[in-house]
Amino acid sequence: MRFAGIDIGSRTIKLVLLNDKRMVLNKRVDSGVDPMGRAKGILDGVAYDRIMATGYGRHLFELSFDSPVVTEIKAYAIGAAAIFPGVRTILDIGGQDSKAIAVNGEGRVTKFEMNDRCAAGTGKFLEIMANTLGYNLDEFGLDALRAAKDIRISNMCTVFAESEVTSLLAKGEDRQDIALGLHRSVVRRVAGMLKRVSVEEPIVFAGGVARNVSIRRLLEEILEKTIMVPENPQIVGAYGAALLARKKLS
Amino acid sequence: MKGQHEKMWQGLGLDLGAHDALLEVLKKGYQDVYLAQKNRPEGMGYLDFVMSEVHGLRIKELIDEKAAGRKVIGSFCVFVPEEIVRAADATLVGLCTGADFVTEEVERFLPRNTCSLIKSAFGFKLGKACPYIEASDMIVGENTCDGKKKSYETLKDLVSGVYVMDIPQMKSQEGRALLKAEYFRFKEAVEKLADITIDADRLRKGIEIVNNKRKALHRLSSLRKANPVSVSGLDALLVNQVQFYDEPVRFTDSVNKICDELEVRTGKGEGVFPESTPRILLSGCPMAVPNWKLPWIIETAGAVIVGEESCVGERGVRNLTDSSGSTVDELMEAILDRYFKVDCAIFTPNPERLDHIVEMYDAYQADGVIHYSLQFCQPYLTESIPVEKALEARDIPTLRIETDYSLEDLGQLKTRVEAFVELIG
Repeated sequence: MRFAGIDIGSRTIKLVLLNDKRMVLNKRVDSGVDPMGRAKGILDGVAYDRIMATGYGRHLFELSFDSPVVTEIKAYAIGAAAIFPGVRTILDIGGQDSKAIAVNGEGRVTKFEMNDRCAAGTGKFLEIMANTLGYNLDEFGLDALRAAKDIRISNMCTVFAESEVTSLLAKGEDRQDIALGLHRSVVRRVAGMLKRVSVEEPIVFAGGVARNVSIRRLLEEILEKTIMVPENPQIVGAYGAALLARKKLS
Repeated sequence: MKGQHEKMWQGLGLDLGAHDALLEVLKKGYQDVYLAQKNRPEGMGYLDFVMSEVHGLRIKELIDEKAAGRKVIGSFCVFVPEEIVRAADATLVGLCTGADFVTEEVERFLPRNTCSLIKSAFGFKLGKACPYIEASDMIVGENTCDGKKKSYETLKDLVSGVYVMDIPQMKSQEGRALLKAEYFRFKEAVEKLADITIDADRLRKGIEIVNNKRKALHRLSSLRKANPVSVSGLDALLVNQVQFYDEPVRFTDSVNKICDELEVRTGKGEGVFPESTPRILLSGCPMAVPNWKLPWIIETAGAVIVGEESCVGERGVRNLTDSSGSTVDELMEAILDRYFKVDCAIFTPNPERLDHIVEMYDAYQADGVIHYSLQFCQPYLTESIPVEKALEARDIPTLRIETDYSLEDLGQLKTRVEAFVELIG
């Protein structure tokens, strides 16, 4: 039987298809302005017996597709535990939120925390800052590693941080130094959140921002722990949802 | 309720346009949150009626009482002893709050980082949309948190009849002496306002009326211990909220009728949700009408609220007042005993509150605790961290929520609450 998991995030929609336990397909599209239209598009031509939705748009999907739903928190826990058996801590940084999740040895959530209403410490923050500095997202993280100097960015608010960046540029600071400062500010925030929830190893870092090597390296530095990143960190939630669709049947 | 009450609202000085708009929002919210529920007890029909006339017939009753020489006293806090108010044939009402209203106007008077409850109360006054405050002959401002204490100074410039009651911050002998002095001073102020001397008989009668109301609420709470539970947390919260508006004797009868019905339901093993529904104990700041956001999120996320450790809930009505005294002094002492036990977070230290949360968690067979604090509410926010740690040390799953009356964090809150329900389910 084929099981689908769809993760409707604020920035991207991810789809995973399992043939029994084996992943046979994974896809990703931008959420755009009509996420349900995009969700329909990503499912076009995909045959499945059961589906489970997660992510910020799960309830919209539930209404349009009559699908069961699960929170991103549980979906990430299940997905991460399947990829890294025995995982105890999961950090997920997506487009508009970040989550720290503590799980027991079996992938069951024991505690979690989420950022509140603002974009500080999320993918969107990094995206806007990359733009301000004239980077694409991949270069942004890589270039931060080349920084020669530590610049502390004090504003966590996206709007204020952007003006801070602009004034640093005007002062003649190098953009890779500013890039490092911005990465550090995100890492300080998520490290604080992790410490309130759990920093027990093994720690898995997932979500779109996990593709940023700089964030991972700085986190390892600040926590003095090893952080594992799955090969495709963005689909962990969709994978977890697909596994739950399968489990629900059994 | 519109047409028939317009004259009365005009007479109270309400802004009819703004007030109509408010009633529309309230009506819509009530439909979406309350009337959309399934398997509601029939007795809740009374509450539906009260809510539909909360600014209408109930206000007319108060105006009629005033015409007959009886006084109306408004309050924002459960430290204002209703026994004393009843003893003077006066009526104690909770003043409007619980929804954002003319916030920009409010921020001309209060700092932005004031909690929603205080801002909302000011909003209803400034927007001329609360018939209760306009109908009040006395408004009791109690010195509980700093936000309220300082805002009453400003409120004095906006309304007449503000009476400030000091409240101790420690459960010491000195604290008790302060509350005693304040309750006697309040009694005198009420006597003067109502032109009535409160004797022992009057005070005892006042105590009995209020005790009966509390007993009915205890009965309701007790029925929520059953699994499956025969009433939703939203409906039980509404009963607790309406106690601050409705005529106490009629309210007591109505709650008892609801309880009769719930007893039958419980006897048959009937519930509003299936037996396997995760059970939540809600703890923290009070929720005034129409602040139903978090309970609504919880109960549409597949859980049921089985108790409220809150001033609009068990903290507010937990203890009865001993009515056996024969003199005014003895009865006043009993009132003092009763209120001095209220475990509000303005007290330091406040260990009884944690004990009560744990006690309620066990008694109501809860599966987890959701701690609710209003943003900028220092006492409850500060207390929420040690409370969470202490509960988790006892293996009680706890979710700490900080929010306000706005709906902008609805999506985030839903995800957090749903994940918590998954965790305890």
